[in-house]
Amino acid sequence: MSDNLTLTIDGRSVEIEPGATILEAAQQVGINIPTICYHEATTSNALCRTCVVEVEGQRLLQPACIVKIANGMQVKTHSERVIRSRRTILEMLASTMDLSDAPEILTMIEECGADVHRFPEAKRREVEVKDDNPMYIRDYSKCLLCWRCVQVCAGDAQYTYAINFSGRGFETQIGTFFDRVIPETTCVLCGQCVGVCPTGALKPKREFLLENGMSPQEISVLNTGRKKRRKA
Amino acid sequence: MSEIDLAALQPVIEQYIPLGRSGLLPALQAAQKVYGWLSEPVAAEIARSLHTPLADVHGVIEFYTLFYDKPVGKRIIRVCTDQACGLKDGEGLLHYLCAQHGIEPGQTTPDGSLSIEASPCLGLCEQAPAALVNDQAETNIDIKTDSYELGRPGSIVGGSLHLLTAHCGSGTTSLAQHGEYSALSKALKMQPTAVVDEVKASGLVGRGGAAFPTGIKWEGAARADGPVKYVVCNADESEPGTFKDRVLLLDDPHSVIEGMLIAGYAIGAQSGLIYVRGEYPYILPVLENALSEARQAGYLGGNIQGSGFSFEIEVRLGAGAYICGEETALFESIEGKRGFPRVKPPFPTTYGLFGKPTVINNVETLFNIPLIISKGATDYRKIGTDKSPGPKLFCLSGDVVRAGVYEVPFGVTLRELLGMAGGVTGGKKLQAVLFGGAAGAFATSAHLDVKLTFEDLRAAGLPLGSGVVMVFDETRDMRAAFDRLGHFFAHESCGKCYPCQMGSQRQAEILHRIAAGKMLEGDLERLQDVGWTMTDASLCGLGQTAAGAVLSAIKLWPEMFVENAKGPVAVGNKPKKPAGAKKAGTAKKKAVKAIVEKTKPKLKPKPAKNTRTRPAARKTKARKKPVKR
Repeated sequence: MSDNLTLTIDGRSVEIEPGATILEAAQQVGINIPTICYHEATTSNALCRTCVVEVEGQRLLQPACIVKIANGMQVKTHSERVIRSRRTILEMLASTMDLSDAPEILTMIEECGADVHRFPEAKRREVEVKDDNPMYIRDYSKCLLCWRCVQVCAGDAQYTYAINFSGRGFETQIGTFFDRVIPETTCVLCGQCVGVCPTGALKPKREFLLENGMSPQEISVLNTGRKKRRKA
Repeated sequence: MSEIDLAALQPVIEQYIPLGRSGLLPALQAAQKVYGWLSEPVAAEIARSLHTPLADVHGVIEFYTLFYDKPVGKRIIRVCTDQACGLKDGEGLLHYLCAQHGIEPGQTTPDGSLSIEASPCLGLCEQAPAALVNDQAETNIDIKTDSYELGRPGSIVGGSLHLLTAHCGSGTTSLAQHGEYSALSKALKMQPTAVVDEVKASGLVGRGGAAFPTGIKWEGAARADGPVKYVVCNADESEPGTFKDRVLLLDDPHSVIEGMLIAGYAIGAQSGLIYVRGEYPYILPVLENALSEARQAGYLGGNIQGSGFSFEIEVRLGAGAYICGEETALFESIEGKRGFPRVKPPFPTTYGLFGKPTVINNVETLFNIPLIISKGATDYRKIGTDKSPGPKLFCLSGDVVRAGVYEVPFGVTLRELLGMAGGVTGGKKLQAVLFGGAAGAFATSAHLDVKLTFEDLRAAGLPLGSGVVMVFDETRDMRAAFDRLGHFFAHESCGKCYPCQMGSQRQAEILHRIAAGKMLEGDLERLQDVGWTMTDASLCGLGQTAAGAVLSAIKLWPEMFVENAKGPVAVGNKPKKPAGAKKAGTAKKKAVKAIVEKTKPKLKPKPAKNTRTRPAARKTKARKKPVKR
């Protein structure tokens, strides 16, 4: 196409249609820019900042997931500044939450050379597992606040608005109205939040039970499903 | 708590129902006035009335520190423990008051009559130490003589110019005293584009901290498509050490109204909003009264002065969130949401409040508008320097003889400015100036002859910010200031983007260790990595500046960031013993000791848990012990 734009990413020339993001342009030529909060199906909020890149002429690093390309743009995806920020963000994540169920992030940490023990004596976000409904468990110690669950529960998909945030800053968590249990919210158990969760903070109940050593037989007679409730 | 009677709710929230979700903050505020706190049934009823999801309403209550979802005292004393008050032992005051009433900070007396909590900067820095008692300011508190002033805070105005502050310093200026809106009349006879051109020609840049050219902003909004546009006055002055907007709004509300009217006319807007920070509740009635005076005089409403231009202004009160001073977070707050900043672009001039083209200006910026229109850009530019034209307000606080708002032309030096304020208190030497606020940077006596202009300050690596000049004398242990900075940003980060959400917390932890003399190996590198990451990669201005002052301090005083360089900071009831630091002279040690001695008898030792590292401490619990005051 003649009206395509041309930019340079890590020294490679990329031609792509106007309106594309830096992330899309990089993907087109196989350059990997790590992302955490980004998901094709949800609104991009550019909040994890792991996809930041250096764009010539810009004072600050730019989030590749939302910044639109421009003709002649010069982008560096692995400059020293970029790596420092990316590495520090990953190190802070490792010092904050339980990443054991987030293999993609563990890979990123390895690729970036991040030290998971970088921040000693650091306050962590630790909460008890919330097991309050028959379909999924909520283990917010594993939540990295990508916002996807809140978004799909709201205007990005389901329009149920069962969950939102509580707290602020480092203390932010995903929560319900006055911490109500899920069955007492507007949740319709559609499962979309579970589907978009990148870290296993939201997990199908059955998966959780299997992981915790229960056999399918044991699970099938549990008093958690619709079948059993009818009996009662 | 017994049964909550919802009957009292409808009458107070009724007027906000037509606003829909945008009425959420005012409705919650009205409800909290009635019930003292926001219970589940009250929040649910508000959600139903405003057609807002329950979870979202709770998310909003949780975001703003001035909303309570648990019972609190009928009277709430919020004691400022931030920078300026910290220099006047705000911490000691907090613990003194708590001890008097037998409670811990963040708790409520058993009879439910009183809660006492620590607060970030209340914008009363020149009258420190200060507190907010329900809707009233309590200033110049002296626990020795038990004296204080309660009510509307006074104004201390000085400097070599009195253009912006012409009507400031002696109470609220009524419309009769202010005189007619002559600049507006003049503007209404001009073409709107000519008004924009005049502002552009004046060289005025925003005074809130970002220094964006006001005329360019106006031009953008004027050219933006769409019949509905807004003018928003950013009066969410929350930058620690900043209090100029408080003085301007309290003493001369008509100038801001006139500035907004001219802006509205220039860009083709029909309505304006003034967003006042939640810690300035006493400004609300002053503004409401001024607006009604203006309405009666025909300056607001339809077809103003027969020009065909119509404009209305309403006031919104914030609810305790520094981040809402960020323009897009402020819009979100007006729209009834958590104050999360938006990604930019799109910029407010095309996509602002309610997604409409919006001009958002700081109070002081708007105060310049009538001046520019009356004088004309050419005459206006005779004030200040070529590249930094106009008058500028500085907020002087801390260890300075006459703290207050000082109006000067751009181009005076820091030395001259401090001279106007009588110099450092007690004839002591200057150690440091926190320049531009928490989001600013530190300066030292080496910067005394820097001219206060955008260009000179940039060259010196100092941000003008919101005009904060907070003075630290030679006896101060700066590590206490770093600790307060760390705590402030951890408390005020909105939690949206990762660098700031976690970085502000990690920064606070490291700075706290430094202040406690317990620095770990590698802490300096950690602090720098966190600082650079926040600066480089954060989503909004809060995160981008959250490490600025600390990074500047590392450059100025590397010796303070060395392991075991010193013992812990000795303030309030913290462990004393300032051990042999290289630069700390005996005067410093003596002063530090004096502070310890002064505060010791009144304070009972606190348990290991320190208020400084307790972002979750805003929830309150009841305790025993009767009330005295």
